[in-house]
Amino acid sequence: MKRGVTANVKVTATLSDGFHLNSHTPAEDFLIPLTLKWVAGPVEQGEVAYPKPQMVKVPFQEKPLSVLTGKFELVTPFKIPANASVGLVTVTGKLRYQACNDKSCFPPKTLDVKVPVEVQ
Amino acid sequence: MKDSKDRKEAPDFELKDVNGKTVKLSDFRGKAVMVDFWATWCGPCQIEIPWFMDFERKYKDQGFVVIGVAMDDEGWPVVKPFIEQMKMNYRVVIGNDRTADMYGGIEALPTTVLIDRDGRIASTHVGLAGKQDFQDAIETLLQAPAAETRTAKLHFPSFRAN
Repeated sequence: MKRGVTANVKVTATLSDGFHLNSHTPAEDFLIPLTLKWVAGPVEQGEVAYPKPQMVKVPFQEKPLSVLTGKFELVTPFKIPANASVGLVTVTGKLRYQACNDKSCFPPKTLDVKVPVEVQ
Repeated sequence: MKDSKDRKEAPDFELKDVNGKTVKLSDFRGKAVMVDFWATWCGPCQIEIPWFMDFERKYKDQGFVVIGVAMDDEGWPVVKPFIEQMKMNYRVVIGNDRTADMYGGIEALPTTVLIDRDGRIASTHVGLAGKQDFQDAIETLLQAPAAETRTAKLHFPSFRAN
């Protein structure tokens, strides 16, 4: 990426059939939302655009849940400051999610996300 | 449910309840015990909790106990308000990785373990189950006396005969 330029970085995820994740804005307070948090560094990050959730009715919840299924993307604008040093930079972040199927839920997990950026 | 002869001893654990009191599984030997691994963020667990409250009320006097093992990483700050909100009437302790490992890892919640009066695992169910299925299993366990009781009943007549 050239200095002064903004580019969208996509984090793509694919869930197996029958599973869902809570969206970034779950329908109930007790549910753990999907979050992507970048660590501050030489590359500036804009606001994360989370995928549009689906409202899905599951057997264990009265109200429909705001969830993600299948394949989806989280998009973050990365901007290289005009005065950034040239060279390779690794931008790191934490992706936190909590998944369920229609009968069980799985403990929340936090994954490390690493994006190598060549600053030119 | 497993046949009585195929059941293995339930791993013992010792965990603190909301009042700081130690809850030791083996202290309940002689009773049928339901150990429910759950978490506040688990939707299916929240469906089952009122059932388990009913079971605790209904079968307590027949020698039945429910122990809820909360697997929330945040511990009491999230679990205690939840207990109060749900008005949970049975013992709740905070579980940990060691407890989970003893019971095969507990990869999904709810995981419900039914333990017979002899402290052996009669069934393990992962995921939301049917209330009636649990109730039937509890009643079956409660009808079977503990081994010590069975032994005493068997020995007594032979003693008299001699």
